[in-house]
Amino acid sequence: MIHDFGIVWSERALLLSGLANTTILSALSAVAALLLGCILTPALMSKQRLVSWVARVFVDGMRCVPFLLFAYIVYYGFPSFGVRLDNWTSGLAALTIYNAAYMAEILRGAWAAQPREPIEAGVAFGFPELRLFRRIILPPLLLSAGPVLGNQMIQIIKDSAFLTIIALPELTHAASSIQSRHYVPFAAFITAVFLYWGLCLVIEAGVNSIGRVAEARR
Amino acid sequence: MSGADIAAIFGGAVVTVSLSLVGILIGLPIGLGLALIRWANVPFVARIVVLYVSVLRATPLVTLLLLLFFALPNIGVPINPISAAILALVMNTSAFNCEVWRSALMGFPKDQYEAAQSVGMRAGQRFRRIVLPQIVRVSLPGLVNEMSLLIKVTPVLAVVGVVDITRAAVRIGSETYEPLPPFLVAIALYAPIVFALVSLQRWIERRQLAVEAAA
Repeated sequence: MIHDFGIVWSERALLLSGLANTTILSALSAVAALLLGCILTPALMSKQRLVSWVARVFVDGMRCVPFLLFAYIVYYGFPSFGVRLDNWTSGLAALTIYNAAYMAEILRGAWAAQPREPIEAGVAFGFPELRLFRRIILPPLLLSAGPVLGNQMIQIIKDSAFLTIIALPELTHAASSIQSRHYVPFAAFITAVFLYWGLCLVIEAGVNSIGRVAEARR
Repeated sequence: MSGADIAAIFGGAVVTVSLSLVGILIGLPIGLGLALIRWANVPFVARIVVLYVSVLRATPLVTLLLLLFFALPNIGVPINPISAAILALVMNTSAFNCEVWRSALMGFPKDQYEAAQSVGMRAGQRFRRIVLPQIVRVSLPGLVNEMSLLIKVTPVLAVVGVVDITRAAVRIGSETYEPLPPFLVAIALYAPIVFALVSLQRWIERRQLAVEAAA
């Protein structure tokens, strides 16, 4: 058993590049999904029926589809429409589009729970709509939704492991290739599990410190 | 894509749904047991449960499944794809269920428990008659939410060779060189199941709010 972990240690470069790829993939798509979510949320809350209906159909649709099937469709299905993406682009696109729906729904929930007064005060001060959203509505929204957004970040990291099926060289893929090369399944995958755990602990620590900032600003 | 192909995907759907049901039915009581261990603060065991839940919640189901499927035979435990799938689903969902049950237990009013003690109920009776009915009601939306999450990760089971919806769709796609139609059928099967659970969760939440408002 110790010997098996020795083999995994000798392949640490592969494992670390997998960890780096998982981190890059998750971080990029989390930021992109959050930005898209910030655009989608006002659409969800829009008073124009058509806009809010389209946004609602997209968000609810994504929440009913398993991520793995969505990734398959982006990678294998899009070429049918003449859109051919490599595995990095389609992996990033799938993670971003899918999670944007969840981010939008989280932000909508936090928005609905926000106190009305600062927003009404902003309107009374004559803030134009876009500035109102950016300066008055969004900052407290992000702070109060912090913990839930952190959970979604963890979800994104876990979703990114599914992308191993389209041969994206992330952490699970690295562990798989170590196991198939040396036949050390337990050592390879348990190391991957603990690396995922470490990533999630980092995110939880980050969320806690954001929570302290939010508490201090109140 | 022929009629037989669509029938194959439906056959996969039966496998997906039964595996999910088995996972849910085993995972629910295990989650409750884990939550009770933490609630009762059983020395040492409670610490292990904390660690188990924390690691399992951070582990992607694919990684867990590959670990179980390849590593168990390696240490002398033979396992087939179906049992590996069920074990992975149960381990995954019990960790999440534990958190849902635990938060319900944390919110349980202590005075009721003490009242049950003072009228002479035994520990088992107290739990069955007083605690359980109330925490079930509180945890229900969270548990249903976890069920819909569980169904959404089941396509992963295809990775170790379980012939579920996804595996059937992938096979048909590679035979016909047209991957899009079978995937769309697969989504058309998944979406209503998940949507039904999401709607059930919203309905339960609304009904509980209405009951609270009436009280």
